[in-house]
Amino acid sequence: MSGFRDGCSSSGSVNVMIGVSSPAEEGEDDNAAAVALSSEDSCSPDETVAGTEIDLALGLSIGLNRSRNHSSKVRSFSSSLASSSSSSLTKESGTKRSADSSAAASKGQVAVGWPPLRTYRINSLVNQAKSVPTEDDIQKDTTTTTTKNSVVAAVKNDEVGFIKSPMLVKVTMDGVIIGRKIDLNALDSYEALAKTLEQMFFHTPSSVTTTRCKETTRASELLDGSSEYIITYQDKDGDWMLVGDVPWLMFLGCVKRLRIMRRSGETGGGK
Amino acid sequence: MNYFPDEVIEHIFDFISSHKDRNSISLVSKSWHKIERCSRKRVFIGNCYAINPERLIQRFPSLRSLTLKGKPHFADFNLVPHEWGGFVHPWIVALAKARVGLEELRLKRMVVSDESLELLSRSFSSFKSLVLVSCEGFTTDGLASVAANCRHLRELDLQENEIDDHRGQWLNCFPESSTALTSLNFSCLKGETNLAALERLVARSPNLESLKVNRAVPLDALTRLMSCAPQLVDLGVGSYENEPDQESFMKLMAAIKKCTELRSLSGFSEVAPLCLTAFYPICQNLTSLNLSYAAEIQGNHLIRFIQFCKRLQRLWILDSIGDKGLEVVASTCKELQELRVFPSDLHDEEDNDTAVTEIGLVAISAGCPKLHSILYFCKQMTNAALITVAKNCPNFIRFRLCILEPNKPDHTTSQSLDEGFGAIVQACKGLRRLSVSGLLTDKVFLYIGMYAEQLEMLSIAFAGDTDKGMLYVLNGCKKMRKLEIRDSPFGNAALLADVDKYRTMRSLWMSSCEVTLGGCKRLARNAPWLNVEIINENENNDVMERNEEDEREKVDRLYLYRTVVGARKDAPPCVTIL
Repeated sequence: MSGFRDGCSSSGSVNVMIGVSSPAEEGEDDNAAAVALSSEDSCSPDETVAGTEIDLALGLSIGLNRSRNHSSKVRSFSSSLASSSSSSLTKESGTKRSADSSAAASKGQVAVGWPPLRTYRINSLVNQAKSVPTEDDIQKDTTTTTTKNSVVAAVKNDEVGFIKSPMLVKVTMDGVIIGRKIDLNALDSYEALAKTLEQMFFHTPSSVTTTRCKETTRASELLDGSSEYIITYQDKDGDWMLVGDVPWLMFLGCVKRLRIMRRSGETGGGK
Repeated sequence: MNYFPDEVIEHIFDFISSHKDRNSISLVSKSWHKIERCSRKRVFIGNCYAINPERLIQRFPSLRSLTLKGKPHFADFNLVPHEWGGFVHPWIVALAKARVGLEELRLKRMVVSDESLELLSRSFSSFKSLVLVSCEGFTTDGLASVAANCRHLRELDLQENEIDDHRGQWLNCFPESSTALTSLNFSCLKGETNLAALERLVARSPNLESLKVNRAVPLDALTRLMSCAPQLVDLGVGSYENEPDQESFMKLMAAIKKCTELRSLSGFSEVAPLCLTAFYPICQNLTSLNLSYAAEIQGNHLIRFIQFCKRLQRLWILDSIGDKGLEVVASTCKELQELRVFPSDLHDEEDNDTAVTEIGLVAISAGCPKLHSILYFCKQMTNAALITVAKNCPNFIRFRLCILEPNKPDHTTSQSLDEGFGAIVQACKGLRRLSVSGLLTDKVFLYIGMYAEQLEMLSIAFAGDTDKGMLYVLNGCKKMRKLEIRDSPFGNAALLADVDKYRTMRSLWMSSCEVTLGGCKRLARNAPWLNVEIINENENNDVMERNEEDEREKVDRLYLYRTVVGARKDAPPCVTIL
């Protein structure tokens, strides 16, 4: 039963369903779903898991749309989902997710209409979560000033009407319960990043740190490796890397999220 | 025969404003019907295709205020094609032609064009109030004509509309003589705002009570606006600010301190937490707080702020506040009547520890005795929690629970959530609106049919086992008006069991269910007073072509509604009216 729960509560399963619309939907914006949808008729609950994760996941949603024994079928799908390797499933849905969210962001539509949230609201969330800058953003990045009030600057400039989207990434720190989000588009260098992180995590007298919160670390120490903490980031491929190796703009292109790690706990890998 | 002259009766009727009551009055006698209809100022039309404008005007010649709703509710979630319908233009044309003294127009989910807005602005010299919610099809050019031509405009309220922002100077179009504004909401506009024009407008509007700006209004401009409008009651903040500098922050705080009438706050999209703290001076006065777009503000900041909002009656928030945060709300906001908790992160890969669960819901129900409306998005729920909530809060009027994952059972017992929702409908005798989710069998509908006597609107998704489920609801809920169902195994048997039931309902929506084309055709034949619409979005949009359609083919989307004016003429190709 817990396997069932784990498989389902990984939001991978929800998002895969989001990516797949009912067969009648326009598939023009979601290539992954369109390609996979063509195998709709061949999907059945008895299909083996190995090598058919996408099909199976699609079968799940199509099963939802079309099955007679509605809930029991869904349950059996879900348990087979749970038994599949969840990391690869997440990865697949991760790719789909970015396709979805960019499609959603550009079109303002979520394919299946679940969860029941207004497009307006989903768009505001999608914009917050967007960690991969679109072409527009990269263009803006190089042309607008990257001051703290970069959006205000953009408004005052001749970029009439265009509000630069913030590039928000999650930042977690070992020992801190609540994560933060920072806008990388508002920063112009690793130094600025380190300074912001230093202000966020090392100067706030917050109740959110469980361990000794009297850490005093200077921004420069975070970058040069002399502090007890190091800044790492997760790139598009899911690997955790040390921050500072690649040029800043390139970094912006591949960073998905950040983690401030305590040196002693450096075992590599994600969560 | 009436005891009193008509004028006296009319005067008495003036005291009765509720639509339901006025509708009842009009049924008493012919003479009352006539007096009522000739004196009726405000009309609410829940489905713009249930009647046509000509008949409306004929019946209510003294019409001053019209509310119209267009697309079905599930259009909010992209289940209805954009071109489906709900055009306001024919209404404005008819009202203009008949020289109705229209003063107020409120639209929801309708298609509005610049042409319509232009015609509106030129046709009604006393026009005062325009409220558009979830509408689309117009640009800031349309707004410019409204601003320029409606000399007596008091209210321009744009909520969550899709507006093409031409970055024009629509704010400049308000004439210098226009000083009557009481409410201005343009938070949904995406483009740059002419700040100077806005400041001038606010400065010359001493009666302005509600101001909601869009993202493009930076913090220092907001400060200036608030400084010249300390009488504001309702403020929508929209600016982006990474971290305001000390001076701007102090100035903002000073301006806010002067706004002693401020009761309602919203906006805060892309605003740093510090901006929220600037509002500390007035937060104990707040009765309404909408931080559901403030994804930037972390849970702990939210909690710290809400701790002081002791008078809060309405709270819209993101689930980043967490169960702990909801516990703080429960112990602080004893006046709370309405709560909405929205998901903050739909793409979260890991188990989000800070999202809300059944624990938060129970805490709220225990701490807030006046709570009557709730919309709650969460990842998990239990029957035990729902049963406790029902016991704590028998006063619910609206109960909408959305468990993000379809078909998710009680996570502690793995059973369906039938018992939990059953407890809710049994305890909350005044329940008018219900949305169910999670793993549900036919049993929950048995409970709903049995106990939910006042239920008017029910939303069902991924629930039920057989037609019996839907039948329980149709047979049991006498006051049902709007029933919307998606991805549930209800078919023709349920659809056709009691055709006359649909006379008492406004509409029925069924998508991805088991109803077939044959069933829908049969329904349409037996109920000529219904519009039975089939929505099919295929690549080859030719339903006509397939005249050898298989009657056993399942219908993707069905939308039916009672109407006195027959099939509408403006349906697009993807909609077939049977």
